[in-house]
Amino acid sequence: MQESVEKTKAMVQHLAAVNAILEKNEYDPGRLIPILQETQEVYKYLSRDVISYLATSLDVPVAHVYGVATFYAHFSLEPKGKHIIRICDGTACHVKKSTGIQQHIYKRLGLNDDKRTTDDLLFTLEMVSCLGACGLAPVVVIDEEVYGQVTPAMIDDILDKIIAEEKNAKGEE
Amino acid sequence: MTNIPAKTPDLEKIAAHYKQQVADLKRRVIICGGTGCIANGALKVRDAICAEMEKAGEKAVIDLMSHEDHSGETYFSKSGCQGFCQVGPILRIEPEGIFYCHVKPEDAAEIVNVTLKTGEIIDRLVYVDPVSKKPRRHEDEITFYTRQNRVVLKNCLIEPDNIEEYIYNEGYKAARKALTEMSAEQICQKIIDAGLRGRGGGGFPTGLKWKFTLASKGDKKYVICNGDEGDPGAFMDRSVMEGNPHAVLEGMLIAGKAVGADEGVVYVRTEYPLAVQRMRNAIKAAEERGLLGNNLFQSGFNFHVRVVEGAGAFVCGEETALMASIEGKRGMPSPKPPFPAERGLYGKPTVINNVETLASIPYIIRKGVEVYRSVGTEKSPGTKTFALTGHVANTGLIEVPFGTTLREIVYNIGGGVTDNAGHVTGEDFKAVQIGGPSGGCLTPDLLDLPLDFDSLKGAGAMVGSGGLVVMNKQTCMVSIARFFMQFTQNESCGKCVPCREGTKQMLFLLDDIINGRANEDTLELLEQTAKAVQLGSLCGLGKTAPNPVLSTLHNFREEYEAHVYRKICPTGECKALARPEIDAALCKGCTACVRKCPVGAITGKVKEVHVIDADKCIKCGACKAACRFNAITGI
Amino acid sequence: MADTAIKKLTVNGREVTFSDERNLLEVIRKAGIDIPTFCYHSELSIYGACRLCLVDVEGKGVMASCSTLPAPGMVIQTDTKEIRNMRKINLELLLANHDRECPTCTRSSTCALQAIANRLGVETVRFKAPRKEEPIDDSSPSLVRDPNKCVLCGDCVRVCSEIQGIGAIDFAFRGSNAKIAPAFDASLGEVECVNCGQCAAVCPTGALTPKQDRSKVWDALYDRNKTVVVQVAPAIRVALGEYFGAKPGENVAGKLVAALKLMGFKHVYDTSFTADMTIFEEANELLERIQGGGELPMFTSCCPAWVKYVEIYFPELLPNVSSCRSPQAMFGSVAKKVLPEQLGCRREDLVVVSIMPCTAKKFEAQLPKFSVDGKPEVDIVITTSEVQSMINSLGIQLLELEPEAFDMPMGFATGGGVIFGASGGVMEAALRYVAEKLDKKPLEKVDFKQVRGMKHLKEASLQLAGKDIRVAVVHGLANTKKLLQDIKAGKANYHFVEVMACPGGCISGGGQPWGATDRIRVQRQQGLYNTDKAHQVQKPQDNWLVQRCYEEHIGGKPGSQEAHHLLHTEYRNRSQIFDAKLPIMRGTESNRLPITVTICAKQENCPGQLLLGMISDYVKSKQYTPWVDMDAAFSSRPAQDGTICVTVGDQIVERTRFHNAMNTLEQLQNQAAFKNITDAIDKGLARIR
Repeated sequence: MQESVEKTKAMVQHLAAVNAILEKNEYDPGRLIPILQETQEVYKYLSRDVISYLATSLDVPVAHVYGVATFYAHFSLEPKGKHIIRICDGTACHVKKSTGIQQHIYKRLGLNDDKRTTDDLLFTLEMVSCLGACGLAPVVVIDEEVYGQVTPAMIDDILDKIIAEEKNAKGEE
Repeated sequence: MTNIPAKTPDLEKIAAHYKQQVADLKRRVIICGGTGCIANGALKVRDAICAEMEKAGEKAVIDLMSHEDHSGETYFSKSGCQGFCQVGPILRIEPEGIFYCHVKPEDAAEIVNVTLKTGEIIDRLVYVDPVSKKPRRHEDEITFYTRQNRVVLKNCLIEPDNIEEYIYNEGYKAARKALTEMSAEQICQKIIDAGLRGRGGGGFPTGLKWKFTLASKGDKKYVICNGDEGDPGAFMDRSVMEGNPHAVLEGMLIAGKAVGADEGVVYVRTEYPLAVQRMRNAIKAAEERGLLGNNLFQSGFNFHVRVVEGAGAFVCGEETALMASIEGKRGMPSPKPPFPAERGLYGKPTVINNVETLASIPYIIRKGVEVYRSVGTEKSPGTKTFALTGHVANTGLIEVPFGTTLREIVYNIGGGVTDNAGHVTGEDFKAVQIGGPSGGCLTPDLLDLPLDFDSLKGAGAMVGSGGLVVMNKQTCMVSIARFFMQFTQNESCGKCVPCREGTKQMLFLLDDIINGRANEDTLELLEQTAKAVQLGSLCGLGKTAPNPVLSTLHNFREEYEAHVYRKICPTGECKALARPEIDAALCKGCTACVRKCPVGAITGKVKEVHVIDADKCIKCGACKAACRFNAITGI
Repeated sequence: MADTAIKKLTVNGREVTFSDERNLLEVIRKAGIDIPTFCYHSELSIYGACRLCLVDVEGKGVMASCSTLPAPGMVIQTDTKEIRNMRKINLELLLANHDRECPTCTRSSTCALQAIANRLGVETVRFKAPRKEEPIDDSSPSLVRDPNKCVLCGDCVRVCSEIQGIGAIDFAFRGSNAKIAPAFDASLGEVECVNCGQCAAVCPTGALTPKQDRSKVWDALYDRNKTVVVQVAPAIRVALGEYFGAKPGENVAGKLVAALKLMGFKHVYDTSFTADMTIFEEANELLERIQGGGELPMFTSCCPAWVKYVEIYFPELLPNVSSCRSPQAMFGSVAKKVLPEQLGCRREDLVVVSIMPCTAKKFEAQLPKFSVDGKPEVDIVITTSEVQSMINSLGIQLLELEPEAFDMPMGFATGGGVIFGASGGVMEAALRYVAEKLDKKPLEKVDFKQVRGMKHLKEASLQLAGKDIRVAVVHGLANTKKLLQDIKAGKANYHFVEVMACPGGCISGGGQPWGATDRIRVQRQQGLYNTDKAHQVQKPQDNWLVQRCYEEHIGGKPGSQEAHHLLHTEYRNRSQIFDAKLPIMRGTESNRLPITVTICAKQENCPGQLLLGMISDYVKSKQYTPWVDMDAAFSSRPAQDGTICVTVGDQIVERTRFHNAMNTLEQLQNQAAFKNITDAIDKGLARIR
């Protein structure tokens, strides 16, 4: 009994954050997009449960929320990696060979067009539309840090550093 | 949203207060705070300089409003995007007007100890003209700036988070005039007379749009600022929102009065966090000063504004899709009519204007029609911002009068076309892609075409959102068409058949061409499909998606034909068509390529001419990179 | 106010008049030019995606006629070289992305894509097939979803949300990845779909089709050991003929009987017989509720899509739904009880087939509650479209056949039983019964025209035996939702409400001939009313064969114990379908009992948590764990009466009153509630093991 009660208590607490977001947005289905954005900020991605829960709370069909969540590139229905690598694929970056950088990272992390997150959930690679830093092309953003005029060697250095830090952190635990 | 009637702001008093504050300053350092410069470490540079200031016992201030007395202080303000992102981080030092570029935190001590103390210029930090190789110490010596005509971007040098500086620069006077002295009809007429045309792409007369919305009956109306700029290679709107957010708000306020709306929404794409932040800050500051809210300037007019963030869908730049998105739906466009002016957001009459359009409004109201019309052309008056990128020496954000020639932009402001190695040779210009994925390309024979809405349309291109991508002779036009098609294909909402299926099939056909699989029917089918998509699509995204294809087909047909019939890519860019060969006359037999080839396709002994086995070759280009004698050709 | 003045515009050089048409497309079609469309339906909102209806408007350019208002003086060209080329390319694009195994598609003869491609003369498909093969979803007992044939016109999405108010399917993803699917790409069988099949009824292609059970029928017919009988629903007779060239509404019942006999059915009966029987039971139930102070209003229960709807969305109204089985289910239980003896066969060798206008009836027939010893009472349900193809497969020329009569006794029906197929029919038949019972004198005027027709909500108020009896008839579940909300809010007040899920009633059910419009619906309805009028016996209570059936087999009279056993049923709360589920326990055996306890996610101390813990302990203490799957369902909608929804298997121990036990009384109540649940678990486990 203790076990199941704990499980459900955790889930209720988990949903309390969603309730707060709904409350803040006055349970208005018209504010579905900010609600999804805020929810994703809390949980990093939109799980099936969370989407169902939002839909029933807003009294709209689950398929509707799913339709909206899958329409916009910003929403993720799968857990993402701890570190997000975003490669700008705007015109300027493209002309300066951003796809080469993409291929390099694919190879380095064992990813491809259908597999964007590493198995250890450490990295997720995204191609994004123009970040507007065209003067620095090609541009890569890793965890909000912007790197301009990127080369494969630079990428290797950055990734090595992150992986080393992660290893150290694990070792300390 | 507050319902408390706002206190009436005294603009003159605020301006006087600001003037007095800055009068006491010792010096002002303006750090470019656009996304590009910040990404390049502009704020780190500022912090480093401030730290050095402290060491040197100098007084520095970042926020003017933090305290009153600023005597003897150096003010470190940030600006909006100054446009010249390529040489960022950019620093300006006033009152001397010194222009430093590529500044690094390591330069902090020297800047403090030399320039800020004595006003002396550090030569290694100044900009060097790429053509003449001469140093340019001040902005007014740099052709990138001198050849521009900055109206919308003018105020981008002010501190965007300080509303007082905006007011000091005559901000909100136009709004006061519109609210207290003008009728809605008068405002519409003035904008019609000014000939202002929408900067978002189509160039529809803004005043007419307002007039239609004003004429629509409705208990509630909306003003939407379309900040969902998503064209790859365009960042004008972002720069305006980051650098001059109050001009956008003031424009919305005036639009609200003109159409009878009391609520405004600024829709900003989520990829622009800084623009979102600056717009929100500006709204808050305007509310606190009584410049947004109820009974503004005692006119009985109420206006509230909120920011809505997009969620990553290019198609939401289309107005009906944008409204669907604000309403919490999938951002799918709906057929027009009904136009937003009749039935828009939540079914209410709505006017949607682009950021730059709205930011132009206060200037027109303040300066009058004649001043506004004194630049630009008869049918396209005023100025236009462009994002200049690609193979050009100076890339960045520029503002020029309509009617400026492409030559002026590419060669004078842009400093000329560069080759793949980055050198200006004077012979490399191939084309300019204007208007992003909806636009077309302009060829060398159009270099003297005055750029305006109508001349571009005539040339099979469009102003679009204003992205200008310069391409050199090593650029394959089929690949460029494919790049844009890939973009629209990805961003198609999937609602209407021509756009959803047509862009996908056009992409396949372009892939066939690039990969040597095309035959004599391919070009015909590509052209037919392009025309069907252009005619049949539901919204602007689909209707204009074929433009890059049609325009390159028109201007560079022989390049397509080379791919299709001769299976070669004249620029060598299309790897699948490459036929790498070793030029026997140049090969020294060093075996560098033999060792680099990942598939063992190259054979040859030391000091003998090497040979590539075409069957084995995977056209990766490793040999070309390895060869020091330029002996590898055809890739 | 509708603008009805006559105005003029020009179409292809000819003057055309118009008045209050909704758009240019309607004006052009009225002028006799049938511009092709996929995504336009006059009953649905305008979508504007198929782009086939583009026309050239002088001075304005090419515009979609579906979304353009007609204006006087407009000069329209419906076909120009550019438009024709665009339409053809459009079709070519769609065909390239389409599973073109046309001959094997159930929609082969009625496919709009095929028809329009033919019309436009699309001769080749020059594009590549970009499509990735998607799995076919046949999880629903009613419908098959084949995404490979979807043209993304969205008709199904709009009918599901706008007409039925459900939204079980919607667009997902974007661009060339866009698809129509239930949430999370789940299968139709596991979501809130109520099986009405209106999506299939508007789908222009074979992407959504009624599930085909024809081969099961052939297997039974070819099996010499089986006695195969069939019941024919009222709505079939006025629609089936359309496939063979008859006008909508033409009654082909007699010819169908002949055809079914030719196919090898031993006996052909009429579902209208049990429709009459339904009136005996349902009207009696209504009278009891009115006289005995039962829950009012009472809702009809003939329509399985409506029943599932109320189970999912308004479980609190389940006590208001008549406990009567639908006519199909009544027929099944009565046939399986009565016919083996009459026909001289064993019960297990009797196969009951239904021909229904309805895809939800397929769902209803397979519900465990309508099975005895694991064998369904109605063995196979086929739709009108399926029976049509069976007739065709034998080469039977339906309209050439000499009509034959239904077999007795279950083939005898009154006019009241026949009009069940039209919205308002059940109500009218019931009123014929109730009026006579309450007024205690023969009813002279049997027509209740207030409840006929296509109006969304039809209301009537009758003075019967000094009582004011208020009734309402509603069709379309979106209309129904609105009515239910009004009833719950006290804004509407009735004694009896008839609900049919499909617009116009069963005559335009999901299994009927494709392409129903309101005009066709009215014609089919009229066909039923004509049959009623021509009938010698119009009042269900005068069906002496039903009376005899009661006397001989069903406890003598309506409402008897045997009647309750055979003719009534129970409902389940399906609201948990939406809740976020947390797995608490997973069994290991292949046969497992699912237990779900709803927990309110808005209340930090919801007693559901305590209850869940107690159930989990009970399951463990009895060592049931290998046979149990337990989930907590998190709801954001607490039951207003403070009860907790608990499901044990298919049997529901719904709405348990449970407390956080602050005092002895509450503890006692908890014990009682808990006992109900453990009993259900014990019973469930006994069945499984």
